[in-house]
Amino acid sequence: MAAGATYVPIATQTASGSVSSITFSSIPQTYTDLVLIINAGNLTGDSGAELRVGNGSIDTGTTLSWTYMQGDGSSAGSGRATNINYTYAGRSNTNFAGIGIVHLMNYSNTNVYKTIISKAESPTARVQVFVSTWRSTSAIDIFRVSDPSYNFTAGSTFTLYGIAAA
Amino acid sequence: MSPILGIYASQISGHLVTNSYSSIATQTVGSGGASSITFASIPSTYTHLQIRGFYRMSSTAENKLEMNGVTTTTSYYRHFLQGSGSATGAGGNNSNTMAGYYETNANIFGTHIIDILDYADTNKIKVVRTLWGFDANGSGYVGLSSGANASTSAITSISLVPNAGTYTQFSSFALYGIK
Repeated sequence: MAAGATYVPIATQTASGSVSSITFSSIPQTYTDLVLIINAGNLTGDSGAELRVGNGSIDTGTTLSWTYMQGDGSSAGSGRATNINYTYAGRSNTNFAGIGIVHLMNYSNTNVYKTIISKAESPTARVQVFVSTWRSTSAIDIFRVSDPSYNFTAGSTFTLYGIAAA
Repeated sequence: MSPILGIYASQISGHLVTNSYSSIATQTVGSGGASSITFASIPSTYTHLQIRGFYRMSSTAENKLEMNGVTTTTSYYRHFLQGSGSATGAGGNNSNTMAGYYETNANIFGTHIIDILDYADTNKIKVVRTLWGFDANGSGYVGLSSGANASTSAITSISLVPNAGTYTQFSSFALYGIK
């Protein structure tokens, strides 16, 4: 069996002030999977960090869908969205950073639709697990994380890693 | 001369790879499909293993993970929590290690990320955990599973097996070692 070191940091972005979105573009196509780790807070309240993907530019079509489950401290639930242009990458909350770990599986494989699976944890609000499909065989070379309701606070970090299979 | 590590390290540019997470092997399914995937002769030089799977199956079924060729269902234990898009469910029994569930769909790939902890430690029963799911734009499941094999033997081979049908073309499974 061949073995090779991988799980390589590609880029990190740290919010220097209050920002509404973070974009990673020109993502190298030399890995098998991408992992995005978010540690972000916001100014006002419990909020989901939306994730949009694309090739060359962010796809504005309704080519995403997702299924999730969550626990909010009192109950568990599950839901889904169809024919939509975003999924969720993480949670954030007032004064508490929320965590998102997003796996973009086979992101550079042009034979297949892309599957994204993520865990979002906001310790003062809820924990969630999402699985999403981007119905496109294009490689993902750009994505954007944004908070539709509140800005990310200064110091929020977004780190992208690449994992290459043997 | 004693090295001044801080100064030297500060001059390194580019990405640092620590060798603590390594790709061991990958299997990709061809046009004929595959009834199972096996990683054999797994080196014992890591602390943990991770399998990152991306797959379609020809039938609606669970995935199961078999260790060291043990196929006896009752040798395994599992618990899981899952969401169907409208409800949550949970279960547990003395049965196959659950490495995901998939409903057959054209073009829709499921995924699982399986962590196999202390796989070479002969003092411990082997425990795995899995994050898994698929979404087909109107149907889908997402879940978390734990599983165990009631054996302290070091794991030297792992098989992924659909409970029905086969893995279809472009499915891929990558095995990684974590030190």
